[in-house]
Amino acid sequence: MPPEKAEAANVSIQDVVGIQQTTFIQRLFASQPFWITMALFAIIAFMSFYEPAYATERNFYNITRNFAFIGIMAMGMLAVIITGGIDLSVGSIMGFVSIVAGVILEAHYPWWVALPAGMLAGAALGAINGYIIAYIGLPPFVVTLGMLAAGRSFAQILSGNRMITDFGPDKAVVLEIGGGQILGIANPVWVLILLTFIFGFVFNYTSWGRRLFAIGGNEQAAQLTGVPVKRMKFQVYVLSACMAALSSILILGWQGSAINALGIGYELRVIASTVIGGADLMGGAGTAYGAFIGAALIEVIRNGLLMAGVDANWQGAFVGLFIVLAVYLERIRGRSRA
Amino acid sequence: MALLRLKGITKSFGAIHALNGVDIEIHPGEIVGLMGDNGAGKSTLVKIIAGNFPPTTGEIVLSDETVHFNQPLDARAKGIEIVYQDLALCDNLTAAENLFLGREIRKGIWPFRVMNYDAMFKKAGELFEELQSETRPRDIVRRMSGGQRQAVAIARTRLSRAKLVLMDEPTAAISVRQVEQVLALIRRLKQQGISVVLISHRMPDVFAVSDRVIVMRRGAKVADKEIKHTTPEEVTGLITGAIRAA
Repeated sequence: MPPEKAEAANVSIQDVVGIQQTTFIQRLFASQPFWITMALFAIIAFMSFYEPAYATERNFYNITRNFAFIGIMAMGMLAVIITGGIDLSVGSIMGFVSIVAGVILEAHYPWWVALPAGMLAGAALGAINGYIIAYIGLPPFVVTLGMLAAGRSFAQILSGNRMITDFGPDKAVVLEIGGGQILGIANPVWVLILLTFIFGFVFNYTSWGRRLFAIGGNEQAAQLTGVPVKRMKFQVYVLSACMAALSSILILGWQGSAINALGIGYELRVIASTVIGGADLMGGAGTAYGAFIGAALIEVIRNGLLMAGVDANWQGAFVGLFIVLAVYLERIRGRSRA
Repeated sequence: MALLRLKGITKSFGAIHALNGVDIEIHPGEIVGLMGDNGAGKSTLVKIIAGNFPPTTGEIVLSDETVHFNQPLDARAKGIEIVYQDLALCDNLTAAENLFLGREIRKGIWPFRVMNYDAMFKKAGELFEELQSETRPRDIVRRMSGGQRQAVAIARTRLSRAKLVLMDEPTAAISVRQVEQVLALIRRLKQQGISVVLISHRMPDVFAVSDRVIVMRRGAKVADKEIKHTTPEEVTGLITGAIRAA
């Protein structure tokens, strides 16, 4: 033990408060989102060089729009995962919301009735998840697995198992909201960018956001210090469902149709995005930027393989590889830091 | 005048009598060691004082006022804080964040109220300095030593201006080298005029800091002596029952 350690008790407040444990560069290199961002740029650089049709405005437009839908859901999922929970029902909630909004549009109600109604329907399913998890105390995995099945079923019942393409008189507005663009960037991408900033801010600078991390770190401790743990757990599942609903409404406008199969398997891509971005499935860690970049990486890999002419069936293998690799790298770095 | 007076406290869990009529007085600025074997009733007594559950019969008088606690927050509102054995800290947060968890300092106007990190780091730094601990507000708790963790948990009680701090085995899970640090923290609380009830199995620690020692056996108080009028041998005898009462 160095001698200055022994005298540490006598240093002034200014010294104690002013100490930055690590420099900015050290923290950057220790952060998983940073390395994922590097990997992302490496893949893009490689693909641009290898395939001339890759680095086109059209392709980047497609890539960004495609991962925006997943990224938006990943923000809500991240809030859940930070508390130590999981939401497997987001894909089914997405399908249900699109059918609810579609059916209402089909009945010739205006867009400002149909879309909020869809959001509300999604929030209601989230509230059921949240109530059972927070107040009855069943495990999130089981409850949301149940909703994964039930939500899809509701969508099938409500739609009568058919595709809804008649969006009534407000069809143009709905198509513009989800399928339009501003300054050459697709609307869903703008929404994702905005949400990334908002969630990043909430996670880092609000007491609500920091308490999510406390719940994920030590739920009992959070409870003992007076954090309203149950209420907050309820809230994150509603939030996650709302993000799934928002994503669903945007997809509705892009695709121009509502099908009850919308969002099948999305929950895994959403969860993968957060994990690749550095979220810990045990709770207590994760960043909004990480979720954004994780969603981007998955889509870039998918798109890259497609452009390179690799059989589409290989996509899952590569995404799976990246999930495990990302977590493995985090583990190695975690060990060296401890 | 006593800060806390327990009169004829009993507690039954069904057919089990955990406490049979315990009378205890705690004075301001006093460190009281609470000793006893496993199952002697120490934890039950502390949980009653901390508001985890009410006594079956008996009265709790705090500064001449009879109080009834239904939950730990009630006790805390009256200036009674408990430092749990597992410390109730979040490993993934900083020392300052743990300190202020549940009562964060914020700035701005709703809905734009944000964490005031500057104020929290500064206040945390002041509290750690007051406790003469080398704990740094920005450190992540996961990377802290046992002694530093104790400092965070103890600093929490300072934040609320507690009058009585209950400490459950604060030296049980830390290295020998850090025990002295924690004992120093306890003495610092006494200097601030705070009363401390120290639940411990470790005889040397109790004799090092306590003014008085209370020994429990089978749900009853068997001794209540000034530390200078007793010896570790006598206390050991009282705990095991070799000495009936003193």
